[in-house]
Amino acid sequence: MLRTWRQRITIADVVVWIIGLSIAFVVVYGSIKTIEVGKYNTRVWIDLTITGLALGGVYALIALGYTIVYGVLKMINFAHSEIFMSGPFTAVFLALALYKNGFWNSHPYISLLLVTLLAVTVSSTLAVLLERIAYRPLRTAPRLVPLITAIGASFFLQYAFRGFFGSGLQAYPELGFLKGTWTFGSIPVYKTQVVVIISALIMMLILYGFVQLTKMGKAMRAVSEDKEVAGLMGIDVDRIIMLTFALGGASAGLGGILYILLFPVVHFFMGFIPGLKAFTAAVLGGIGNVPGAFLGAMILGILEAVGPSLFLDGMGIAAPYQLKDAIAFIILVFILIIRPSGILGERITQTKA
Amino acid sequence: MSKRLLFVFAALIIATMVLSACGPKASTYECTDAIGCVTVAPGDPIHLAYDMVINGPDATLGIDSRNGVEIAIAEKGQLLGHDVQLTGEDDGCSAEGGQASGTKLAADTTIVAVFGTSCSSAARVAVPLLSQAGFVIISASNTAPDLTKAGDPNNWPGYLRTAHNDTIQGAAAAQFAVDFLKVTKAATIHDGSLYAESLANQFAKVFQELGGTITAQEAVDPNQTDFKSVLTSLAPGGPELIYYPIFVKAGSLITRQAKETTGLENTSLMGADGMFSPDVTAGAGDAVEGLFVSSPDTSSFSQKYNDYFLPKYQELFGSEPVSIFHAHAYDATWMVMNAIEAVAVKDADGTLHIPRQALRDAMYATKDFQGLTGVLTCGPTGDCANPKIAVYEYHAGEYPPIKVWP
Repeated sequence: MLRTWRQRITIADVVVWIIGLSIAFVVVYGSIKTIEVGKYNTRVWIDLTITGLALGGVYALIALGYTIVYGVLKMINFAHSEIFMSGPFTAVFLALALYKNGFWNSHPYISLLLVTLLAVTVSSTLAVLLERIAYRPLRTAPRLVPLITAIGASFFLQYAFRGFFGSGLQAYPELGFLKGTWTFGSIPVYKTQVVVIISALIMMLILYGFVQLTKMGKAMRAVSEDKEVAGLMGIDVDRIIMLTFALGGASAGLGGILYILLFPVVHFFMGFIPGLKAFTAAVLGGIGNVPGAFLGAMILGILEAVGPSLFLDGMGIAAPYQLKDAIAFIILVFILIIRPSGILGERITQTKA
Repeated sequence: MSKRLLFVFAALIIATMVLSACGPKASTYECTDAIGCVTVAPGDPIHLAYDMVINGPDATLGIDSRNGVEIAIAEKGQLLGHDVQLTGEDDGCSAEGGQASGTKLAADTTIVAVFGTSCSSAARVAVPLLSQAGFVIISASNTAPDLTKAGDPNNWPGYLRTAHNDTIQGAAAAQFAVDFLKVTKAATIHDGSLYAESLANQFAKVFQELGGTITAQEAVDPNQTDFKSVLTSLAPGGPELIYYPIFVKAGSLITRQAKETTGLENTSLMGADGMFSPDVTAGAGDAVEGLFVSSPDTSSFSQKYNDYFLPKYQELFGSEPVSIFHAHAYDATWMVMNAIEAVAVKDADGTLHIPRQALRDAMYATKDFQGLTGVLTCGPTGDCANPKIAVYEYHAGEYPPIKVWP
């Protein structure tokens, strides 16, 4: 009895659990201390949480692209962060042109719609092209090959955009109707943040509904299960994969527009960090799972926004926001220790089994 | 057979050694300099180099300085009968960029002097490499105090600067906050770069000495775009001023996001010379209104700045100066060219010999140099600036910002 118990627990397990417990201890101890010190009032915590949710919304829309491509192809499309960048970076020129001739201010809703359409079109077209040129020829190659290609494609796109549009900053003009706040109860919330959170939620639901309820979605799930058999059943696998990339690209383009509502400056390197975070979020939620990507992104956003103040401030650590990525990723490791397949990851394997 | 071969090789090697030893004797000049000489053959150009940030979001800083160097070289024309050639590398405004560019430049032994770096973080890594290669290094925009602090491991021989030292800029910013803004509570944010961190610390030190309170000292990652959470965490301290002496990209985003943070709507915002750029106006949009930046006081510059330099800049580069260290770079270039003229030895056939240590000594001995940025005298650790710091205020849609203090 004792022997089997001993055999089942390796030293690695013990180390992992010690790490896990110490992380948990720091989190709990730091939070209690911070709340005891009481430097921040409820209002600040609410503001931080909303900031985190809005950030999570942007991550979520990028994460959806990672996750559906992974779900169907079992491949991580690292160039996705550049697909995210391409939309708003192209659309900024339309926005600036509209702003110059006054249309932006006289018809702000139509302008935003036009800019969004352009961004979504560019991102989605680019994703489809990328799949056709860079990934399809390698579909039967070992799994590492398309991964390396994706990294190459990512650099190619970054520097192509730098070459075309320069390395400077481009700023979007402001939208009058999204300035200021809406008040919920007694809490004023910035309109842009509300728009971002709600759009991300709606986009996630649409995508989830599409995958679960439509015929196309059923075909996508079939391809994800087994490409060859799906092909034998009369599903056009190439078309379904193209559709997957188009959907992922479109959600990245929309994410790009939400991103510029929050941070109205574009730059050729802007995709890199959000892309990395979104990928992390997708893994956290259970890669391949649409609601998981959304949940993971929201958790990551909140951790980044609230974490440094909550965990570190009370312990008297100076400049905690320098460590926000460290905190977010340590918590991520912690969650993955407990649930190696991500928060919602297991459910998928169960349904598949 | 093999012995014979060995003999032939030995003979060849001896012959080579004898010949090469004869080489310098053929010329009338013998290099006795402690760290070597640069020889410029007749018709060859004198090679100067720059190590500045010329790509990426902070590019205006480096390009502007390089323009200053080019104006000085163009104005000089020929130096001791030789053309002046300017090449360069990108310091990336980062330690990694400094490493790469410094290594590359240090390998080129034809270089006499290097103008750079643009950023103090790059200097920390690049300056040791360039100093060991025997070059004169003179920066127009590195402002971190330790680079010219006597006895500091970051103070390297051959390194000088025409930029002001940040102990002065940080102190001026604190003075401005107390005298002009009349604030008593301030917070600082830096981005982990040497430049920003030393400025923020100097500001905090002097501000407290003047009776103010520092509510928080934060740090951010300059590649992030979300600064809302860090700003929100600053708000409960109730700072009346946030001082963030960082660079253009993060600086303009913080400017914009601070205006949208609950509790900071009426807080004054202030940056330093790294945010004196048209990109800030573009990046921050309307939020730029009322943003203060400290910077060298161009109104204290010599008459020649307005009469000759600015029109020349417009003529050569088709715009107003895009950043603030062009005049410092111009002065640095003239100082280097004057020092070369003072120490170089010219053979009858026009071959030029520039002893490296003598050139460094001549640079350090610069006294009462009439530059655009003032009358410059170099100290033994390489501080050559005669700094006058002013504070400028941005207004939405306008560039450049308007001087408000002193």
